[in-house]
Amino acid sequence: MELTILLFLLGGLFLGWSLGANDAANVFGTAVGTRMVNFRTAAIICSIFVILGAVISGAGTTETLGKLGAINALPGAFACCVAAGFSVYLMTKSGLPVSTTQAIVGAIIGWNIFTGSSIDFGVLTTIFATWIICPILAGLISIGIYIGLKKFIAASNIHLLRLDAYTRAALLLAGAFGAYSLGANNIANVMGVFVNISPFTDINVSNFFIITSVQQLFLIGGLAIAVGVFTYSKKVMFTVGNDLLKLSPLSAFVIVLSHSIVLFLFASQGISSFLTSLNLPAIPLVPVSSSQAIVGGVIGIGFLKGGKEVKWSVAGKISVGWVVLPIITMIIAMFILYILTYMFNLNVVF
Amino acid sequence: MFGLKTSKISLFSDTKKLEKDIDEFVNILSEVGLAFKSIVRTYLTHSKNGNFDEMVEKVTEMESKADTITKEIEHALYEETLIPDARSDVLRLLEHLDELIGMYQGNCYHFSIQKPDFPEEFHEDLIGLTETVVSCVESLCLTVRSFFRDTKSVRDNAHKVTYFEKESDIKFSSLARRIFNSDLNLDQKMHLRYFVEKIDRICDQAEDIADELIIYSIKRSV
Repeated sequence: MELTILLFLLGGLFLGWSLGANDAANVFGTAVGTRMVNFRTAAIICSIFVILGAVISGAGTTETLGKLGAINALPGAFACCVAAGFSVYLMTKSGLPVSTTQAIVGAIIGWNIFTGSSIDFGVLTTIFATWIICPILAGLISIGIYIGLKKFIAASNIHLLRLDAYTRAALLLAGAFGAYSLGANNIANVMGVFVNISPFTDINVSNFFIITSVQQLFLIGGLAIAVGVFTYSKKVMFTVGNDLLKLSPLSAFVIVLSHSIVLFLFASQGISSFLTSLNLPAIPLVPVSSSQAIVGGVIGIGFLKGGKEVKWSVAGKISVGWVVLPIITMIIAMFILYILTYMFNLNVVF
Repeated sequence: MFGLKTSKISLFSDTKKLEKDIDEFVNILSEVGLAFKSIVRTYLTHSKNGNFDEMVEKVTEMESKADTITKEIEHALYEETLIPDARSDVLRLLEHLDELIGMYQGNCYHFSIQKPDFPEEFHEDLIGLTETVVSCVESLCLTVRSFFRDTKSVRDNAHKVTYFEKESDIKFSSLARRIFNSDLNLDQKMHLRYFVEKIDRICDQAEDIADELIIYSIKRSV
């Protein structure tokens, strides 16, 4: 692999690191914030399942993102990733749970504008719509699960300590599911822009199975996410788990589960095909925001408890971050593209 | 991976042991109460009998066992970071229940050391007061068990604690009045009143714990 290609790919890995530090923190944030799962355990499980999700089920959402802007030159992909990674890093530093999804979409729009490529407004509308639907859906799912679980617990007379042990185990399982879904859904953000220009070739392992070039891309993207989880996600985990609403361990589990379900729904090619086979509208395979799913889930539980305990100022700050992030990323992406084009004479589009 | 699996198995076995420990602790509280009832009766009827000292010694052993269990539970809850949202409530609860066992034990010791001279005319009233106090603590034991397993029943059981506490107050006032209306010397009156008051205080403590349990169960249900 050429050194320049590796250098450009580093942009994607930087974005992967940001995703690990911010988005992946959402998955176990409530579990770690409520001190039900320690950070090390959360980080190990999160890393393993993010990588598995990315490599096994990451293709669906990548296709949709590719439709939004088919970035066909490595310098262009590099600019988008660095812009998205940098803006997510800034938000992470200020403790705001944002999403690489919003950042990368902003960056791709910036690339489209800069290169004069056409924007598929149909796809853009679908993506924007899911950003509104995702938190609402997560909120509704968490309310439903919470009510059901409360009734079940009240009827089953489980000992407080045993309930604690079950909740811990359930949090780990739901977290693993969430990490898998995040890897499947969000790997497109990290490596999607490199798919059309992957520097790898397929590897045939003893004629037994083939690791495609895309899977290799997703694997290193997954590893970058894992590094982000280990090195920088602790602070965000506590922000998600404590700042917005004081959560009980049970609420923490419900939120992680509803978040995981939402991410899985928007990443599962199987469910989408199944719905189509029943002549039902297919769920768009769109990289949704894990932050929005988590915050939606937290606010859902908050509403169920009367809404008084929700810190609306924090919720407002997070929402502003969601609106500002794609715009900032778009501007940063255009700025980097300008520098690469006019100062380094690189082609950001073919 | 295997490390995680092992820690999960350990978590479930630790949980079972802790459940057992808490149940055993509540059993001790209940048994100490029953022993106390027998001790008061034995003291009043056969105070010269050696059996009384043996019973007091048994209560001391039970109190010491309860202390050991409390410490074990405390360590396990902190070391395993179990029930993070209810841990402080549970530890405070155990501490207060331990104080209750200590109050029983203290009463036994005071009987053993000070040997108060209760004239026969007050025996029935004192036994009645003791029985009410023990019933009050028995209801508290039920409240504690329901806090861990069935929060819906906490309020009902706590209500019984309040009922017995009021009964105890009535019996205490009546007995104290009878003591001070009697022909005994003032020093003996004061001495007997001290004992009656100390026994009645067990109920006050039980009621305070029951009130705490109602709050804890509300916190758990939110």
